[in-house]
Order: sequence, then structure tokens, then C-alpha cells
Amino acid sequence: MNSEKNEREPLFSFKNRKLLLNPLNKDNPITIQVLGICSALAVTAKLEPAFVMALSVIVVLTISNVIISLLRNGIPPRIRIIVQLVVIASLVILVDLFLKAFVFDVSKQLSVFVGLIITNCIIMGRLEAFAMGNKPWPAFLDGLGNAIGYGWILIVVAFFRELLGSGTIWGYPVLDKLGLYDLGYKNNGFMILPPMALIIVGIIIWIQRARNKDLIEEK
Amino acid sequence: MYSNKYIFIYSSIMVIIVAAILSTAAMLLKPFQDRNIAVEKMRGILSSTNIESTTNDAIKLYDKYIKEEIVIDASGDIVSNYENGSFTKGDIRAFDIDLKKELYNKSKKLNYILPLLVCEKDGKKTFIIPLYGKGLWGPIWGYFALSENYNKVVGVTFAHKAETPGLGAEIDTKAFQKQFIGKEIFNDKGDFTSIKVVKGGIDLIPETLRKHGVDAISGGTITSNGVSDMLNDCLENYLPYIKKQK
Repeated sequence: MNSEKNEREPLFSFKNRKLLLNPLNKDNPITIQVLGICSALAVTAKLEPAFVMALSVIVVLTISNVIISLLRNGIPPRIRIIVQLVVIASLVILVDLFLKAFVFDVSKQLSVFVGLIITNCIIMGRLEAFAMGNKPWPAFLDGLGNAIGYGWILIVVAFFRELLGSGTIWGYPVLDKLGLYDLGYKNNGFMILPPMALIIVGIIIWIQRARNKDLIEEK
Repeated sequence: MYSNKYIFIYSSIMVIIVAAILSTAAMLLKPFQDRNIAVEKMRGILSSTNIESTTNDAIKLYDKYIKEEIVIDASGDIVSNYENGSFTKGDIRAFDIDLKKELYNKSKKLNYILPLLVCEKDGKKTFIIPLYGKGLWGPIWGYFALSENYNKVVGVTFAHKAETPGLGAEIDTKAFQKQFIGKEIFNDKGDFTSIKVVKGGIDLIPETLRKHGVDAISGGTITSNGVSDMLNDCLENYLPYIKKQK
């Protein structure tokens, strides 16, 4: 199928590039579509869990998008949501098993949130809206793009929350080394509470809309 | 339109394939996971007596420092003793005891046994008591190392299954656990006080009680209370044994 498609359009045609790049910015699942907010609040108090979470979502979303896209012509429409859920859930369990077997420390940190990827609305949303009606290669790009779009927001939020809330980056005490505590600086405990994640996401949305006028709704 | 027959066959085949894939993966990865869990347990035990280990040398260090594994019953008598790699009494290894099950038996007023590990380092003995309790989202557990006179805390480690990252999950950080070192579980009269995790910090409580308390975690109150309860519930089981040793 790939070779036949290659004749028609190159792998990274303008359309395909848009599939990959749009979700990073002006079609971002978190800041524009406002999906997957729950995990953006939960795992972003520290950088490392946020990073592994982003990675797990990239794996799950990309692979499940491709699988559903391959199956799309055989899935009975009446049970399509169930089929999608089964695919997502199996992949998430596989990811969890692998994390537990090979990177035990990280899997301990993420604990319950790996399991909760199943309920991440971005994944169901992409399967239903895109993979069900598109070929595997565009579905792959779409899944990858959306997952990275989700992931980079998570990492930015986690960076600021960890830096301002705990004074560390990836567990390394930067502010302590810079000697800010000696000058009377104190960690902002509020940053590690979930509401601050919303406020940081809000600030990202603000900056994004200020820079990109297309995103501002007409009254 | 797809017929009902097609839908039934489709879903049956899908479920069978998925079940086969998942159970194969679970079976193949199980030995790795079990080993990780055992190593993790050893690291927790070692870390409570301030011996730092890595995933690679944990088994070696455990064999080197943990000299005795004692199993005691509810009245404080020794049921089983595993010393330097062989049994001197009984046939249960304290390392293999499922504390969750034993605590459940206790709550049902059934017979239960308790593990106690003895670490010997530089000629000094420490007694390590495994802990198990409830956090906010799931179980929390840990290891509690007491000095030779069963009073001063040498060190402690906590771990958790599902506490909130950045909040309750902070119980597994060194910063939280460091606070316990040097605290005492008996007051001057010899009564059991356990160690309380105090919301708002130990500055709020009378000075005489401060050696039995540590600061709680902001934003992690329920987990912090869980730690308090776990310490109290698990340590008090050992009181009969400690009384007999004194």
C-alpha cells in the first residue's frame, strides 16, 4: 500500500506535514482543543514523570492510531468505540508491563497515571475523528503530532511547576546551587498544587493567542 | 450495514487475540517484574539503615548486612529464625512474609506472624520493622530501622503505589525520611508514643513531644496521616517482643 501511495504523494507532502505540525501549535490538543487536561494537572508537579508520561502517550497514541487505521474497513460502526477502547487499553497495559519490567523506578513514579492513559480523551478523540477515516501513514503522523503536542505542553508546565514549586529541575537543586535561598527566596508551595497547572496552561494559551491572531474568535 | 453475526464473530475474535497477546506478555515479563520487586524490597530495607545500594548490587549487599531474619508471633515469641543463609529455627523467612495478609489476619482476630530483620554493620545492630498501611489512593509501605535499644530511629524508608506525584508521593523522598532519624518511639516514662506526622510542622506542638513528631507534607495531608497511622499500627505489634527483649 505504501508504494502505491508513494506514487501519488510524497511521504512528507504539505498535507502530511500539516498533520504532524499543526497539533504542535495552532491545533494543540491541550491549549486549543482543551482535551487531556486532567493528566496535565496530575503528572506535572515534577519534570521526570511528565516526560515519561509524554513518552508513553506518544507510544500509545501513535500505535493505536495506526492499528485502528489498518482495521478501519472491517470495524462494525456499531461497536467501533468498544474496538477503539480495547486497542487503547491493551496497548496501555503492554506499556505498563514493559515499564514495570525494565524501568521499574520510573514506573513507580508514574504509578496510577499510566493506567489512566486509557481515559485520556485525546487518544479516543484522534481514533474516532481521524484514524477511522484515514490511511495508516497519515494516521501515524496525526497520532505522533497530537501526542507530541500534548507532551510538550506537559513538559513546559512541569518545568515551571518544578522550578518554582520545588526549586529543582529534573531533581537537581538549581535554585539551591544558585544561592537564591541565601538571599531570602522561598519556594512557592502553591506551584505544586493542581490549580497552578491550570493557571500555567492558561498563560500558555494567552501567549499562543497573542502571537497567532487566527486563533482569536470573532465576536 | 454489518450483520449481528459479523459483529459477534468480530468481537469474539478480537477479544481472544487481545487476551492471548496480553497474557503472553504478562507471563514473559513476570520474572523480570518479580525480580525488580524483590530487589526493590531489598533496597528499601538497606536504605532504612542508611546503606545505599543500586539495582545491581542490592542482592549482594543484602546478603552481607542483613544477618538475621526473625519471625515472631503476636505474643512476641520467636517462631522462626533464618541466620546467615540457613534456618536455626522454624522454616519461614521473614523476607517472604506478606505483611498485608498478616495485618488482615490480625484485624480478623486470627493468628498472625510478624517479620523482623536484623542488620549488622560495623559491629552495630539495627532492627528493621517492615510497615504497611493506607495512603490516599492506595497502599503505602516502608521499613523502619530502630537502634539496639529499640527506641531511637536509625532511619526509615517509605514507598507508595499511587500517591499524587509532587504531593503525597513526596513520602518516598530523602528530604521527608531524613526527618525521622534520631526521633524516639518511647517517651521518658517508657510508654509507646510512635511517631506522628504533624500537619503544619512540629513547631506547633509542645517541645517535649517534638522528638516523637515530624513535619507533614503540604498538600499531602491524607497521605501524611496515613504514614502516622501506619507507624502506630505496625510498631505497636512489636511491643510484646520488645518488652521481652528489654
